[in-house]
Amino acid sequence: MDLRHTPQEDAFRAEARAWLAANVPERPLPSLETEEGFAAHRAWEARLHADRWSVVAWPREYGGRGVDLFTWLVFEEEYFAAGAPGRVSQNGVSLLAPTLFDHATDEQRARVLPSMASGEVIWAQAWSEPEAGSDLASLRSRAVRTDGGWLLSGHKTWSSRAAFADRAFGIFRTDPGAAKPHHGLTYLMFDLRARGVTVRPIGRLDGKPAFAELFLDDVFVPDEDVIGEPGQGWRIAMSTTGNERGLTLRSPGRFVAASQRLVRDWRASADPSDTALGDRVADAVVGARAYQLFTYANASRFAAGASIGAESSLNKVFWSDYDIALHETALDLLGADGELADGEWAEGHVFSLAGPIYAGTNEIQRDIIAERLLGLPKGRRR
Amino acid sequence: MRFLLTDEQAAFGRSLEAMLSAADTPSAVRAWAAGNAVPGNALRARLGTVGVFALAVPEEYGGVGVLPVELAVAYVELGRYAVPGPVVETVAAAALLARLAEHGEAGPAKRLLPALASGGASATLTLPGGGPYALDADAAAYVLVVHGDELRLAPGTGALRASSDPARRLSRPAPGGELLASGPAVREAAGHAADWAAFATAAQSLGTGLALLERTVAYARQRTQFGTVIGGFQAVKHRLADTLVGLEFARPLLFGAALSMTTADIAAAKLTAGEAAYAAARTALQVHGAVGYTEELDLSLWLRKARPLRDAWGTPSECRRKVLAGS
Ligand SMILES: Cc1cc2nc3c(=O)[nH]c(=O)nc-3n(C[C@H](O)[C@H](O)[C@H](O)COP(=O)(O)OP(=O)(O)OC[C@H]3O[C@@H](n4cnc5c(N)ncnc54)[C@H](O)[C@@H]3O)c2cc1C
Repeated sequence: MDLRHTPQEDAFRAEARAWLAANVPERPLPSLETEEGFAAHRAWEARLHADRWSVVAWPREYGGRGVDLFTWLVFEEEYFAAGAPGRVSQNGVSLLAPTLFDHATDEQRARVLPSMASGEVIWAQAWSEPEAGSDLASLRSRAVRTDGGWLLSGHKTWSSRAAFADRAFGIFRTDPGAAKPHHGLTYLMFDLRARGVTVRPIGRLDGKPAFAELFLDDVFVPDEDVIGEPGQGWRIAMSTTGNERGLTLRSPGRFVAASQRLVRDWRASADPSDTALGDRVADAVVGARAYQLFTYANASRFAAGASIGAESSLNKVFWSDYDIALHETALDLLGADGELADGEWAEGHVFSLAGPIYAGTNEIQRDIIAERLLGLPKGRRR
Repeated sequence: MRFLLTDEQAAFGRSLEAMLSAADTPSAVRAWAAGNAVPGNALRARLGTVGVFALAVPEEYGGVGVLPVELAVAYVELGRYAVPGPVVETVAAAALLARLAEHGEAGPAKRLLPALASGGASATLTLPGGGPYALDADAAAYVLVVHGDELRLAPGTGALRASSDPARRLSRPAPGGELLASGPAVREAAGHAADWAAFATAAQSLGTGLALLERTVAYARQRTQFGTVIGGFQAVKHRLADTLVGLEFARPLLFGAALSMTTADIAAAKLTAGEAAYAAARTALQVHGAVGYTEELDLSLWLRKARPLRDAWGTPSECRRKVLAGS
């Protein structure tokens, strides 16, 4: 057992830290979930990209540095410790890109990845539908064969960042006659500004248009934008849910940095006799460390050739519950100021509240843990 | 970075598991609770032969050197099989004596350590800042007491009191006794020993929680009500899933602490493992229903241990204070 970083990782850390210190905007950017903030975050992606910091784990040919998982974790630690902006390209980078690496053609990768890396094209995930949430396989939006491609129709919703994004990736029913609901689905990419697409932004709990619903009316998608074989959409989509729930969506650096900020605020302002609050601050520190070490263990397993399957559901339950507890503690520390909509922790708190819902609700994750890790009987899900 | 057990470390855990699963530990625990230490001592001696008590002892005193990762591996198994007796206290006493020797006070180490390291004898102890009670003083070969900066061999066990876990007996050691060492080194070594006690307890807690979960999952898969196994009910499944989450996030803290052995990291591991095991006990009881509430069922051997372990050698509040002091 060894938790030491290699000299190369240390050197990488120093380089990242120096670059971030020189480049992270002094004042926080406007909220990513506003038009102005979206543009500012897109410009930040370009800046990261110009010096090859936007997608360090990708191969060099697509704008990355080809670093391994441990080095990526180091980057994330430094990124969050530096208080750098949120990543507007996150859903493309952590969900679509791994799908492309595993299932796309070279031509598709060469066409899609570079502009994703630079922030020139921001991607939205279009999986959920009004009637297909946890039961995603019941989705009804269709893709119908046409000359040289497919015509999409239907209603997608809760698509994060779609209000201002450029393109989307989703799964569509191409064979309504298939024997089982998760057969006959196809994974494809489409332009949010194509003819036939109507994007209606939806205000999340704090009113910001953080997601949108998409009305699709005979939207043309060329064959070159189908990922993998038609009919394989479910299998392809499921191969990346591990990324979403697991370590690449919520890297531990985020929570380690947040817990350190919390300790700093607590030292600066807390009433030392309020030991109950101190206990919760301690829990935030311990939880971040636990998540970090859990992730190092998973990364080690991964490096040793194991694959991370249902274990990613442990991650998801842990970080989403953790994130809420951390932010609730921070708000309590602020006292009356905890109510202010522009407080230091306010947006993070709103964001944390959705954690147990997206990326597969925590109820579904607990089912997966119970069934696949503990061997309990399967319930009524597909 | 390779935050995984080596093949040898994993094999060591499996060999202990094989030994303990064949050893009928529940009978030894029940005998221990009834005041018959013979099977428990035999178990300790066997664990001694495979080096379990030598893992905090330098070679010159009959140990294998200080190997916290291996110790954690071993004590998780001790917890999983509910091995009775002052196993944590024995390793803490060993850490105390070894540390004193490092400070130049080698006399007590030379005299006591070889027997502790081999499993031939056990020890119990009280330390400043720890609770007032020594565990299982009646069964321990040595009762050590650190008071201020004096280390003494207690002259008697003191009056024994029952614990909520019948396999634990508590007493305030009789005052006085032979002075083994004194001075600031004793105080420092006592702090070190307290960290080792917390660390070994964290491992034992994790093992206790894992055993509770394993037994409860097995029960939930075979107990039938309403014509179906109860493990198919979502309320049951989700509670068991949460139990696994709790335990699996305690594990990396334990091994992280093994690598650093800092007070704060040990406290984090102790806090998390203790709470996770206690939560596992609550879940185990609920999922078993009334039969889980009986002393007859072997489950009770782990059920009643989870809470004392959560509080021994660092209550949750004390652990949190140490975490904050170190961050
Ligand atoms: C902030 C946010 C961002 C999102 N971003 C995206 C995005 O970018 N792209 C996208 O496609 N989707 C996105 N989603 C949608 C998300 O994936 C869905 O909300 C999620 O899958 C749950 O679906 P639902 O909301 O329809 O809830 P439902 O499935 O209707 O569930 C409602 C409740 O019932 C429970 N429930 C359902 N089935 C079971 C069961 N079998 N057992 C026990 N309980 C059950 C759920 O756990 C939940 O508590 C986002 C959601 C949020 C909140």
